[in-house]
Amino acid sequence: MKRILAFLPLLVAVVFGGFFLWGLNPDRDPNEVPSVLIAQPAPDFDLEPVVGVETPGLSRSNLVGTETAVILNVFASWCVPCRAEHAVLTSLAERDGIRLFGINYKDEPEDAARWLTELGNPYARIGSDISGRAGIEWGISGVPETFIVSSDGTVLYRHVGPVVGEVAVGKFREALVQAGALLREDL
Amino acid sequence: MTPEIGHFALALAFALALIQSVVPLIGASRGKLLWMQSARATSIGQLLLVGLAFGALMRSFIISDFTVVNVASNSHSLKPMLYKIAGTWGSHEGSLLLWVLILTLFGAGVSLFGSNIPDPLKARTLAVQAWISTGFLSFMLFTSNPFTRVFPPPADGKDLNPLLQDVGLALHPPFLYLGYVGFSIVFSFAVAALLEGRVDAAWARWVRPWTLAAWMSLTAGIVLGSWWAYYELGWGGWWFWDPVENVSFMPWLLGTALLHSAIVTEKRDAFKSWTILLAILTFSLSLLGTFVVRSGLLTSVHAFAVDPERGLYILFLLALSIGGSLALYAWRAPMMEAGGIFKPISREAGLLVNNLILGAATGTVLFGTLYPLFLEAVTGEKISVGAPFFNATFIPMMLPLVLFMGVGPFLSWKRADLAGVLQRVWFVALASIIATLVLWYLQEGGPLLAHLSILLATWLLLATLREWAMRIRLFDVPFSEALRRARNLPRASHGMTMAHAGLAVAMFGFIGSSAWKVEEVVFVAPGSTIEIAGFEVTFEGVERVRGPNYFADRGTLDVTRNGESITTLFPERRYYPIAESSTTESAIRSTLAGDLYASIAEPASEDAELSGAWTLRILYEPFVNFIWLGSTFLILGGALSLSDRRLRVGAPKRTRATSALSTPAE
Repeated sequence: MKRILAFLPLLVAVVFGGFFLWGLNPDRDPNEVPSVLIAQPAPDFDLEPVVGVETPGLSRSNLVGTETAVILNVFASWCVPCRAEHAVLTSLAERDGIRLFGINYKDEPEDAARWLTELGNPYARIGSDISGRAGIEWGISGVPETFIVSSDGTVLYRHVGPVVGEVAVGKFREALVQAGALLREDL
Repeated sequence: MTPEIGHFALALAFALALIQSVVPLIGASRGKLLWMQSARATSIGQLLLVGLAFGALMRSFIISDFTVVNVASNSHSLKPMLYKIAGTWGSHEGSLLLWVLILTLFGAGVSLFGSNIPDPLKARTLAVQAWISTGFLSFMLFTSNPFTRVFPPPADGKDLNPLLQDVGLALHPPFLYLGYVGFSIVFSFAVAALLEGRVDAAWARWVRPWTLAAWMSLTAGIVLGSWWAYYELGWGGWWFWDPVENVSFMPWLLGTALLHSAIVTEKRDAFKSWTILLAILTFSLSLLGTFVVRSGLLTSVHAFAVDPERGLYILFLLALSIGGSLALYAWRAPMMEAGGIFKPISREAGLLVNNLILGAATGTVLFGTLYPLFLEAVTGEKISVGAPFFNATFIPMMLPLVLFMGVGPFLSWKRADLAGVLQRVWFVALASIIATLVLWYLQEGGPLLAHLSILLATWLLLATLREWAMRIRLFDVPFSEALRRARNLPRASHGMTMAHAGLAVAMFGFIGSSAWKVEEVVFVAPGSTIEIAGFEVTFEGVERVRGPNYFADRGTLDVTRNGESITTLFPERRYYPIAESSTTESAIRSTLAGDLYASIAEPASEDAELSGAWTLRILYEPFVNFIWLGSTFLILGGALSLSDRRLRVGAPKRTRATSALSTPAE
């Protein structure tokens, strides 16, 4: 009995070591926290259009009853990575024909209008979130963030940071296929 | 040239560590005195060489030698001198060098001051210490060389993370490491004892001062870190149950258990294999801390740059040291004969309860800290375990400990007279209950747990003082006689009183600042006034000021009470352009009754910025300074106990009187 007890600490240490070894896997990112919104209904929000931009405003009702899944992108003119991902989103909207909605986060309307004129406006609807209130509802941790929302208004996917680069774009397109917004052949 | 000298010194120290790992050990097993004593020269040599390397790195920081990668990425020519020096241990590589420096410091310390330790035990202990330094020196030389050069050198450095540019945090790592790494020598003593297959009262006595020294430093390190978090992070909290905090707290908890179980081994020759196990586990938890902080295994706000490859190397070192020592333990511990027997009500039993509770509490913190990792490994689910878990498990576990702590010192060895003890403390218990009820009446409200904690803290304080008064027979005999008794009382005894009372005092701080904290987060425009805890705080506005390597928005807050001016607070929001990050400098008006704490965050919105409106956080934290005061008592208590002549002179004697009054309790 005493012998077995004396072995116990070693045994526990070995088990811990096994977990640590697993935890060191370089692909694992302990900071990556999945959104609590995934598989949940999209939060309630109602945003006015951006002043000086023709595109209509955005509210939760626009996300429900769509034909297929849509993309919701949170952007701002002051955000440099948003500029980087703009071309990717434009291509998804214009080449693949996916409906793209935008939340213009904590942005001056005239800056946003200038930005959209300069880079082009791929958004079907844009809500102006000057106060950042809708951003809180969506639980964003920064700009840009991009969500995929199903036709019944359920949040399917969340991407934190710009959708740029082979890996991020690949994952995002795969998620779009899963959501039924994109055909697998188009991958 | 200097960095190369440092690098070379490290390599030489590595060579010495290799020699010291083997030669004294062979000497001890073959009885060759000269071989055993070689450890003296090599351990002092290691200290000098690692010290030289540390000095070389520090010099590179002081003169801002940006040809050294480590300096370029962690310093800046405009940084104040204190933080240039502190930058030496601000990075992964530099702090590792400090780690090894302290490791060799303790090794050399045993060589220099351990003249009463028998040669074979000393030789084995130093050999084990050299195994550890071999491991960490090789880790540094092969994966984390602090002296790597860069060409072409950058014009200026990237600056130290501004959050770390602070006096509290400049001193925090050295103390923390003195504690963490200080337990290495206790570990080495334990492994040496297992190698020898002998643990006795004398062993415990040699180990105790080192345990105490490490424990004191660790206490100071944790408190400094907590104090830093309190005033620098701008949230007004002093403990967040963050994984990195927890990994420093676990060795402290277990080290405290070790401190107490070693007393039993020393006085009663009991708990031997348990004390050895605690010694091994305490240092194992320190190593675990080093591993967690440097491998990116868990999410934390203050870990070093994540590098899984380094993590793998440390895990390998961990497997060798922890796995090896525990395997040795599994093999040798059952052979140790049990020591003195004791009754369920006795000093031994009291200390056993202390050990069980501290051990269980350590296990709880360990489980809570690593649970996210376990869960993710098993189910793939990601969660974080925060304060609610620890508050719900740890606090209820510690409260009984406090209850027992009040009685423990009254108990005599082997068999205590419970009725007699209760007779001595019943009015202390009554006084605590009355005091708590009065406070409850005055405060009206607050959680029940807080009132219960107040009761226990009062009990601990009064019972500790009562025990001390009883020892010197205060009020029973003339005052001059009591004073004479106090002088004759062993310092270890005074140390215990001070440390136990210190915990009680700190508890008042813990309770007051968490249960009765008042907090306001408001948008303020210049001229607006907030009322909090009887103060009126008027926001005068924000101005832009310039520091040596930062800009700051400094707010001005006029504080009055009943129209009478109390003070002016200047909370700052600093921006460090080189490091591209911001820090909060809170402003605190500190009194023993409580702190008025203010910090400003960025403007409420862009419109608000134009009108000069800011987000202001104001807190009132009652009794918070009792935390620092009580912690100081803990450290001073340790120092008093360490200065006891019993630990300094003479070889221990095996027989002694065991009455409650003549035996000092630590």
